Amino acid sequence: MSEIKKIKNLKEFSTSADRFEGAHLLCPGCAHSIIVREVLNATNDDLVLAASTGCLEVCTAVYPYTSWDASWIHIGFENGSTAVSGAEAMYKALKTKGRLKQPDRNPKFVAFGGDGSSYDIGFQWISGCMERNHNMMYIVLDNEVYANTGGQRSSSTPIGASATTTPAGSVSYGEKRNKKDMVAIMASHNIPYSAQVAPNKWKDMVKKIQHGMNVEGAVFINAVSPCTTEWKFDPKDTMHLADLSTDSLVFPLYEIIDGHELNITYRPKNIVPVEEYLAAQGRFKHLFKDEYKYLIKEWQTRVDANWAYLQRREEARV
Amino acid sequence: MSKQQGWDEFEIGAMLRSFDGKIDECPAFTPQRDRNYSQNSSHVASVADWRLIKPVYNKDYCIDCQFCWVYCPDVSIISRDKKMIGIDMDHCKGCGVCVEVCPTNPKSLLMFPEQADEETEIASWPTKDEKEE
Repeated sequence: MSEIKKIKNLKEFSTSADRFEGAHLLCPGCAHSIIVREVLNATNDDLVLAASTGCLEVCTAVYPYTSWDASWIHIGFENGSTAVSGAEAMYKALKTKGRLKQPDRNPKFVAFGGDGSSYDIGFQWISGCMERNHNMMYIVLDNEVYANTGGQRSSSTPIGASATTTPAGSVSYGEKRNKKDMVAIMASHNIPYSAQVAPNKWKDMVKKIQHGMNVEGAVFINAVSPCTTEWKFDPKDTMHLADLSTDSLVFPLYEIIDGHELNITYRPKNIVPVEEYLAAQGRFKHLFKDEYKYLIKEWQTRVDANWAYLQRREEARV
Repeated sequence: MSKQQGWDEFEIGAMLRSFDGKIDECPAFTPQRDRNYSQNSSHVASVADWRLIKPVYNKDYCIDCQFCWVYCPDVSIISRDKKMIGIDMDHCKGCGVCVEVCPTNPKSLLMFPEQADEETEIASWPTKDEKEE
């Protein structure tokens, strides 16, 4: 087990040497790179990274450039998780045979994927990795839409959101299905650690990532990533949107240990009404028309019910 | 790399190296200024032409809280020894996140049009906002 990097406060964190380079082609104000930087800076160990197809992959590996200062591989849309699990299996085998040149180094295996490649296309692959309990971490950058290909709905898109394949108009209010609860699904694989994180709570994020990297077994992390292009807000408001999403409890921050022990890690002092979260985004603009206003009430009821459920689960320890 | 290959000359399974020369230590221990970047690292590229507005840094009001460093999506805030020392204008895309998260009053980072002169803007920096009743 390697030493955990000590990060007491933000000043100490800022002495980290970034292993993610600028001049990647993500949109200005994209939260993906904020999350990636927080994850990579949380450790000083060697990293073996993979990315499934998505905004992050196409924007950080544009020939002739790469934005990664660690081993990084991309294969297909669905198999970022499998690529890393294969590398991890190979590492384990070579270690057992004593064929590693530097056996005292402790590389960490991390795969990134968007919500399209995780919730939909790569679902079976991730499920396999979690079931086989590889010593790896899978991080979803959840922006609730296929942002890379032009904003099609994914199974992470929430009710009422207008996406290009579920547009809002005179006959429809947009997406009609609720979002899939991916953290709960992955926790049901009885993996040692799964959690939901947000870029604005960097300390909570770093703590969870460090815990996840040092735990033996598969780790699943769902990170909310406000998308300035598809959520339709001003690039400068990225962190404001992240704040709204955690404070309105649309994205509650919690962790599930060993598939049953749920801890809520962030309780907002002032809970913001969901209406404010919806009003800040262009994709929910139509919900404020008179005929769709009932949906905002439903949103609030749903978020409250989920929060009550999490609290009950935390108390019951099941 | 002597000659850059075109996309159709690319071999399957090709690899790009971020650094020139041999790397013994994990790059997490080498600060960015000491690294030997290769021509394939996006660090040597520039996205400065994306920018319509640019952040201007006034160090008189800065408290070195590092919020701008942690929330910068483009790794453009240069921090050394827990002090903020400036902005990397080659990689900044002008999103304005750093200005939004700056907690000082008045802010020590503000956005100005790309062609604005930095020294003039710092000389006419806004003063402290009074709290509204």
